[in-house]
Amino acid sequence: MADLSTDFAGIKSPNPFWIASGPPANTAYQAHRAFEAGWGGVVWKTIGDPIRNVSSRYSSIDYGNMRMVGLNNIELISDRSPETNFREIAEVKKRWPNHAVIASLMVDTRENWHDFVRRSADCGADGIELNFGCPHGMCERGMGSAVGQNPDVAATIIGWVMEAATIPVIAKLTPNITDITAAARAAKRSGANAISLINTINSITQVNLDNFVPEPFVGGLSSHGGYCGPAVKPIALNMVQSCASDPEVRLPISGIGGITTWRDAAEFVALGATTVQVCTAVMHYGFRIVEDMIDGLNDYLDGKGFENLDELRGRAVDTVRKWETLDLNYKRIAEIDYGKCIGCNLCYIACEDGAHQAIALVDPAGYGLGPGRVPNKPVPEIKEEECVGCNLCSLVCPVHDCITMVSVENGLERLAWADYQTRLAAGDATAFAPHP
Amino acid sequence: MPLSPKLSADQLEANLADIAPRYTEQQASVESSRCLFCFDAPCITACPTGIDIPAFIKKIMTGNVTGAARTILSANILGASCARVCPTEVLCEGACVLLDRDSDPIKIGRLQRYATDHVYENEIQVLRAATKKSGKRVAVIGGGPAGLGCAAEVAQLGHDVVIFERKPNAGGLNTYGIAYYKMKPEISLEEVELVKSLGVEFRCGVEVGRDVTRADLDGFDAIFIGIGLGDGQRLRIPGEELPEVVEALDFIEQIHTEPLHRVPVGARVAVLGCGNTAIDAATQARRLGAAEVVVIYRRGERDMSAYAFEYDLAKQDGASFLFHHAPVEVLGHDGHVTGLRLVQTRFNASGALEQIGGSEFTEPFDMVIKAVGQQKQSDWLAQLFPELEMNRNGTMKRDFDTGQTSLRKVYAGGDCANGGREVVNAVGEGKKAARGIHRFFGETEAIGPIQPSRWGVAPGPYGSGFDAPIRVPDLEAKYEQLSPASHPAPATSALTSMNQE
Ligand SMILES: Cc1cc2nc3c(=O)[nH]c(=O)nc-3n(C[C@H](O)[C@H](O)[C@H](O)COP(=O)(O)OP(=O)(O)OC[C@H]3O[C@@H](n4cnc5c(N)ncnc54)[C@H](O)[C@@H]3O)c2cc1C
Ligand SMILES: Cc1cc2nc3c(=O)[nH]c(=O)nc-3n(C[C@H](O)[C@H](O)[C@H](O)COP(=O)(O)O)c2cc1C
Ligand code: SF4
Ligand code: SF4
Ligand code: SF4
Repeated sequence: MADLSTDFAGIKSPNPFWIASGPPANTAYQAHRAFEAGWGGVVWKTIGDPIRNVSSRYSSIDYGNMRMVGLNNIELISDRSPETNFREIAEVKKRWPNHAVIASLMVDTRENWHDFVRRSADCGADGIELNFGCPHGMCERGMGSAVGQNPDVAATIIGWVMEAATIPVIAKLTPNITDITAAARAAKRSGANAISLINTINSITQVNLDNFVPEPFVGGLSSHGGYCGPAVKPIALNMVQSCASDPEVRLPISGIGGITTWRDAAEFVALGATTVQVCTAVMHYGFRIVEDMIDGLNDYLDGKGFENLDELRGRAVDTVRKWETLDLNYKRIAEIDYGKCIGCNLCYIACEDGAHQAIALVDPAGYGLGPGRVPNKPVPEIKEEECVGCNLCSLVCPVHDCITMVSVENGLERLAWADYQTRLAAGDATAFAPHP
Repeated sequence: MPLSPKLSADQLEANLADIAPRYTEQQASVESSRCLFCFDAPCITACPTGIDIPAFIKKIMTGNVTGAARTILSANILGASCARVCPTEVLCEGACVLLDRDSDPIKIGRLQRYATDHVYENEIQVLRAATKKSGKRVAVIGGGPAGLGCAAEVAQLGHDVVIFERKPNAGGLNTYGIAYYKMKPEISLEEVELVKSLGVEFRCGVEVGRDVTRADLDGFDAIFIGIGLGDGQRLRIPGEELPEVVEALDFIEQIHTEPLHRVPVGARVAVLGCGNTAIDAATQARRLGAAEVVVIYRRGERDMSAYAFEYDLAKQDGASFLFHHAPVEVLGHDGHVTGLRLVQTRFNASGALEQIGGSEFTEPFDMVIKAVGQQKQSDWLAQLFPELEMNRNGTMKRDFDTGQTSLRKVYAGGDCANGGREVVNAVGEGKKAARGIHRFFGETEAIGPIQPSRWGVAPGPYGSGFDAPIRVPDLEAKYEQLSPASHPAPATSALTSMNQE
């Protein structure tokens, strides 16, 4: 059994799986349930001046049979009083001393930040997360993403927080910004102990085509909501990697955004995250999903021979490079396993209409196809000379491992675009002919 | 004893309710989103009317159910009945690629029913009568699936059509012969109304050969023969004339024309023969309340022509099967059937079927249903069209792609031409004939509905193993023009799609 315990900027938890600040982290009752189910930490629903929410609040997109591939919400921070929240945090901490409980905060003035930071430490919270991300409602009051989108403002506020902080402080970053590293550097500059990302993304998920009001519907109107869930994972991974690879950041990262399975979690860790936080997946399936996350991550680490998460952490960070360093002479092409091909021709039409016209439909004789195939239907065949190795066919193929991309040895030496430019300038290379 | 109804109306209603009820919106959404949306999908190739199946399934998935029905009905005018009666396991669903991946093909028939029910129920007209008329007139003999398929297409291509139908209602076996738990006759009659709405004239209760002469027919610019098969074959054994010895087709027709609680059935029923008709008769006899139904077949289990899933259904319904037995006499008492004298059979060394001497025995039955095949309409054909060239098996010689017979203006399709297949084959052959007739009239090649999922697919020689697909020649031609000549031909073979030409 690998060791899943984590130390995140001094905050200890039995595993890296934390409940993100949101509806599942609203009450002591939920925190107890989460810990009982196996979660390692809870980032409390953001505490501040209690707000009043609207009804309705959430909307989502479905894809095929999958519900809630992406979720959006127009909920604000906690609608409970700070007193209640801090009291419940104290209760939870008492019962779960070895689990992480983080107070998420969002207030306005320096005095208020000082006050809330002290109360967080007083109630026994292990750390503080600064919510600079909420993209709706709070920003109109000069909080949330209004702060996170302006690195200088964020730095000032973190500075205020650090004046009073006695426990680790995590700045939660908003993705609604052009360069996430600017925000991360501001956090570093102003003394934050860690960052967490991403918060939700500005979004409208669907428009009701009868009444022309987007969802969520609030008495004939709607608003821009924060987008999260599986659909945002790629954006989150991108931002996590950007922060992890930035030498000016070097802060522990709590990865958030679309994490639903142990595999998602492992990917975040491989791209530099120390802990991961989950909101939508719990809203969809409940706390129980952590069981598979722990189980799966454990088995994965064991299978790789990794004793703990440190051995996985950041392994993929350095393989993401600037495009100009990639080898222009490397070549991959598609290869079809005819023992698996079911004859849907999706690869063919994708390549023909959507890519590079590198798949032919040919005489099936000799390809030995499966039992359901209509006799004499043509089969796809890769035109190896034409294939540019774009991956598209392997992405559309509905059969696992049916189309694989194989490296081809072409005898050409490595040539990155940057080197190519240098050589061209030096007259050491001839220009590539454009594709016909 | 004379036969009598066995169950109450309520019980019968339940027993003969739709075996595959309409999907709910939820079910349709779940099932449709399983479809891979294949390109030039094998399921299309396997459909004798060439419905663009992925296109209509995608439309169901997006909530465009009316559009789905338009895709279906523009390729197959009897899309609603085919959705219910097609042996999909050996047609579209039997070709679904998912069979190869996870053994669970898309339920194409159920989805097709969902879409077509939507437009019938909401009275949405998805097809339009032709606005430009050619003035040419086509006579269609027989208002069954073949005749309807032909007439609907001919009308949409702008010609006048008259259907002559012997029975009071058109629809052919779709109205009178399909197992009641698969489809109610009302569906077939709604389809007839749809064909009518395209401007087709129906003359029902008119028998060609008796009420209409060859001379009348010759007044038309083209003739389509879609008269189906003839009466059931005779057993030629003693006792065959007893009143409880009935033709399977007559028995089934009664279920369609009389209230269910008035349809008489035996308590112990023998069904002779083992094709799909025999199975239908056996299953319906059980569902009407027969305590015991025995299907008796001369040959073995492996020799029967019934589809495996039909056989399974009959067994599920409690029918039993007696293979390698043949009836030699229908036994009677007081003018009523009391049983059968049966003999055992076997295949001899040379593979011929023979009766085993001394193996005779009797079994009690009070009803005998004959389902040993239908006769060809050779006599009728010989009388009305003596100059037609015939095949040795009693069917007309005809061109496979157009249904044109040896007489230039006479076309044929459906059971009378193919020897007896399925509803969908009849519709497809009717439609092909309509296109053949259209070309015969000197018009350009008929243009089918646009099939996005086959756009640009090459013509043969991809034989499908089933019927060749209905192609879209005009799109293919257009594609050829568009196709850049510079695109190098692949070295592989002439079989490559025209996209590479
Ligand atoms: C019991 C039974 C069950 C079947 N079940 C199925 C099934 O589940 N699924 C399936 O796909 N197929 C089934 N079939 C087959 C299917 O019904 C036929 O293949 C299909 O109906 C053939 O259509 P058709 O138009 O060629 O012939 P028919 O349906 O037989 O129609 C011919 C029409 O021509 C009319 N006609 C004949 N002679 C004249 C004349 N001289 N003048 C005017 N009109 C005339 C007839 O009255 C009839 O209406 C079944 C067949 C039988 C017998
Ligand atoms: C309904 C809802 C309310 C949320 N409220 C908060 C909040 O109060 N404070 C906060 O920092 N993030 C909040 N979030 C953002 C989540 O903590 C998290 O960053 C985001 O949902 C991405 O993770 P996920 O894809 O696992 O849901 C909220 C998210 C949702 C769906
Ligand atoms: S990898 Fe890209 S170019 Fe090559 S065959 Fe597949 S889709 Fe076509
Ligand atoms: S996408 Fe995959 S399964 Fe479909 S035809 Fe291509 S190789 Fe075969
Ligand atoms: S073969 Fe199956 S999966 Fe493919 S389009 Fe047809 S129904 Fe859909």
